[in-house]
Amino acid sequence: MVAAAPTRESAVWAALAEISDPEIPAISLVDLGVIRGFGFEPRETGGERLTVELMPTFVGCPAIDVMRHQIGERLTDLGLADEVVVELTFAEPWTSDRITPAGREALRSSGFAPPVTIGSTFTGDSLTVLPIATCPYCASRNTTLENPFGPTLCRAIYHCADCRQPFEAFKPV
Amino acid sequence: MSELDRKTRDALGELLLAMADDEFVLGFWDSEWTGIAPILEEDVAMSSVSQDEIGHAKALYELLAGLTGEDADRIAFGRPVDAYRHAALMNHARTDWAFSIARRFLYEHADAVRLESLASSAYQPLADLAVKMRREETYHLLHFDLWLRRLAEGGEDSHARLAHAIRALWSDAQAVFAPLAGEASLIAAGILPESLEALRARWLERVTTRLEAAHLPVPAATNRPGAEGRTRHTDEFAWLHGEFTMVSGSEADATW
Repeated sequence: MVAAAPTRESAVWAALAEISDPEIPAISLVDLGVIRGFGFEPRETGGERLTVELMPTFVGCPAIDVMRHQIGERLTDLGLADEVVVELTFAEPWTSDRITPAGREALRSSGFAPPVTIGSTFTGDSLTVLPIATCPYCASRNTTLENPFGPTLCRAIYHCADCRQPFEAFKPV
Repeated sequence: MSELDRKTRDALGELLLAMADDEFVLGFWDSEWTGIAPILEEDVAMSSVSQDEIGHAKALYELLAGLTGEDADRIAFGRPVDAYRHAALMNHARTDWAFSIARRFLYEHADAVRLESLASSAYQPLADLAVKMRREETYHLLHFDLWLRRLAEGGEDSHARLAHAIRALWSDAQAVFAPLAGEASLIAAGILPESLEALRARWLERVTTRLEAAHLPVPAATNRPGAEGRTRHTDEFAWLHGEFTMVSGSEADATW
């Protein structure tokens, strides 16, 4: 991903890594795994276009327009292309497994339990990992699911029986 | 898949509009529970579920807009009452909690069956969206299956209200699978991998198993739904339409 000598690709990744999730500012868009990729291509009218593919965490995520705007602004400022386009894509589903190890740690240290890895066990009708969350405060596994729905579409609410703290977790999806 | 011919494109538009209107109208009905659900957790849950549904509607309206060159917001908010194509199941006001739970239960399973099938649609943008939406809808399924059991086993009153609501909604719930005018061309093109009637049979199996497990009466079999299952409208829906178009209708062509 990052070449030894700075390339414009690495400059784009670095710029994207500086943009935070508008709803959970502790994690960057790159660590959240919502950037599917990007590419430079010549425009018919001359010059180059930089197209970024953005994967919504949830289809109805209201933060997606904010992300889109911030990416467009930040990459336009870089001045690497004559035009920046941010496209939403569902060509592959964003899943919580795309959150990077650094992203998981960022979530945990800001009080969100990172999502349990679901791999290919997701069948569409069941989600057996849902009741499992590790308390981000005391690392206890003695926790219960209070509500599979939380303050944003991507969050669920749990309670830790050991430190008696309610906490939020990023939903496995 | 190659360019769609006119007939197939119109039929696809009809399918997308039906699905989007289902999600949109139900999302608005259930968002009415925000602040007044029986418990705080349900305020949060029902609001979140409704936000999901309206988000799914938005994505479907955008697919449709891409197909027809219209504006997605205008499709969502700019039509008169008669032009909506939601199933008759969505024609009812939210009523009491048992009624809303009964409707969600019946709809979530219909939606699950529909999305499961469309995940292998030959129209790739719809297949992609179906795969993504299914992952989110799993949470809805788990939640409303749980509520169904909770109310069924809760006591005489909740059991009776739930049984009554299932009976009252049964016939209109079939309309989620009401035939579409262009259904044959959708099936021929592989956009709809199976007939809506085949999907209805699968849905019936799923809901029957769960109703029986919860010791709820399974209403008698109904006739195959007719196309009017998606064109009928009620005064209750007309009222909701007035609510959800109030802001967009207050100033034509305003931008945010």
